[in-house]
Amino acid sequence: MTDEILLSVKDLVKSYEGTSEVLNGISLDIHKGEVVVVLGPSGCGKSTLLRCMNGLEEYQSGSITLDGEKITKNGANMTALRQRIGMVFQSYELFPHLSIQDNITLAPVQVQKVPKEQAQAEAERLLERVDLLDKRTAYPRQLSGGQKQRVAIVRALAMHPEVMLFDEVTAALDPEMVREVLDVMLTLAEQGMTMVIVTHEMNFARAVADRIVFIDGGVIVEETDPETFFEHPSTERAKQFLKTFTFEKKA
Amino acid sequence: MSVDILLEYLPLFAQGALVTLKISAAGIILSLLVGLVCCYVQYYRVPVLRQIAKGYIELSRNTPMLVQLFFIYFGLPKIGLSWSREVCAIAALVFLGGSYMAEAMRSGLEAVDVIQTESAVSLGMNRFQVMRFVVFPQAMAIALPAISANVVFLIKETSVVSAIALADLMYVAKDLIGNDYNTSEALFMLVVFYLLILLPVSLLASYAERRIRYAGYGA
Ligand SMILES: Nc1ncnc2c1ncn2[C@@H]1O[C@H](COP(=O)(O)OP(=O)(O)OP(=O)(O)O)[C@@H](O)[C@H]1O
Ligand SMILES: [Mg+2]
Repeated sequence: MTDEILLSVKDLVKSYEGTSEVLNGISLDIHKGEVVVVLGPSGCGKSTLLRCMNGLEEYQSGSITLDGEKITKNGANMTALRQRIGMVFQSYELFPHLSIQDNITLAPVQVQKVPKEQAQAEAERLLERVDLLDKRTAYPRQLSGGQKQRVAIVRALAMHPEVMLFDEVTAALDPEMVREVLDVMLTLAEQGMTMVIVTHEMNFARAVADRIVFIDGGVIVEETDPETFFEHPSTERAKQFLKTFTFEKKA
Repeated sequence: MSVDILLEYLPLFAQGALVTLKISAAGIILSLLVGLVCCYVQYYRVPVLRQIAKGYIELSRNTPMLVQLFFIYFGLPKIGLSWSREVCAIAALVFLGGSYMAEAMRSGLEAVDVIQTESAVSLGMNRFQVMRFVVFPQAMAIALPAISANVVFLIKETSVVSAIALADLMYVAKDLIGNDYNTSEALFMLVVFYLLILLPVSLLASYAERRIRYAGYGA
């Protein structure tokens, strides 16, 4: 991790049509090589924050910048900016009509004009890293949920993004498949990828995070290192939140 | 039924079939284009054009093709637009088919989950690339059964063009019945020739649907 700020969110205010503010003044700097885990109760706006960071949602005020360039939904230059930000969603969103290989090479070939052979070689190299090389000619429907999410990660990585956003990528998976996906993300983190992760896997959050950002009621309530957050949360809301993940036998 | 008469009628029906095929082919290809334009205009919510498309679709779907054909053939010349029978027949078929194709394709486009668009967008694709490589192929796979049903429907609808004395299959049959009173032979040939045209189309359509389902399109 360096001091250089890659992605910067300032005073972000966001509401959907007909809702009160979902995000109400969020400021957050993501440094190059840093892994930030965003936690918070369901409906607090974690997905909304990530979607704003990738220009999928409009916001009412504040700013989001990548290397100083402004990110807005319909802004000029957004296709170029989005190439520098990879995103993986909760639901499997592979393109069902394309083979795994074509899922991965589509954007590099069409958007970045990488020669087809080179994109294919790169896809194979990445698939090998997530242990799915043998699936490259298969179609998404032939893969398990965990395999699909690993391909979704690879597909984003094939664009060589500078930062990766993960929105609860294991939430829809069967428990035995969660691990294989989290392992891929851990490896990425070790290799120095800048990442913003939304997750409900607390052990994973603790292991992977350089910094925990806890959101509730549209604002950042707590922002600290994982050790402090999990052992000595300073706010009542964070304590309450962490409690929902521990079980005690009723007397 | 006399075989001699059937043989005598064969070349006449072959001629008629050619006319039917020609009008069908031109009409269907242009219907697909009109349908594509209309459904894009609606999908992307283009102001004004979208309302025009909607109005056209309602008008087209809620009037009989015979009326549309008469309007084009007898009505338009009154405002200085007179076309040959053949062009009028094709225009009427396109007027009818365009809306049916538009609705079929629109239902396909709408059936593609927004997350598909969002993941394509988040990979840096522009609108055109998202449509061309991600949404359109899936939408067409979903719409294929409806599109092929429309193709069969439109080929059958061409029989209406005999009403403006265009010598298609139907016209040939009516003509022969009126002149020679060989009703059973003429009707037999009519059925055979329509089947010859429509059966391969239907078989091809179900083959394409099976292939696409097998490849897991739109699943
Ligand atoms: N498209 C939308 N239109 C209107 N309201 C929305 C929309 N998307 C989300 N919301 C609302 O905004 C709030 C934040 O939603 P968001 O999905 O960002 O929460 P989240 O923190 O990701 O929740 P979860 O942990 O359940 O995924 C919720 O109250 C939700 O109902
Ligand atoms: Mg969410």
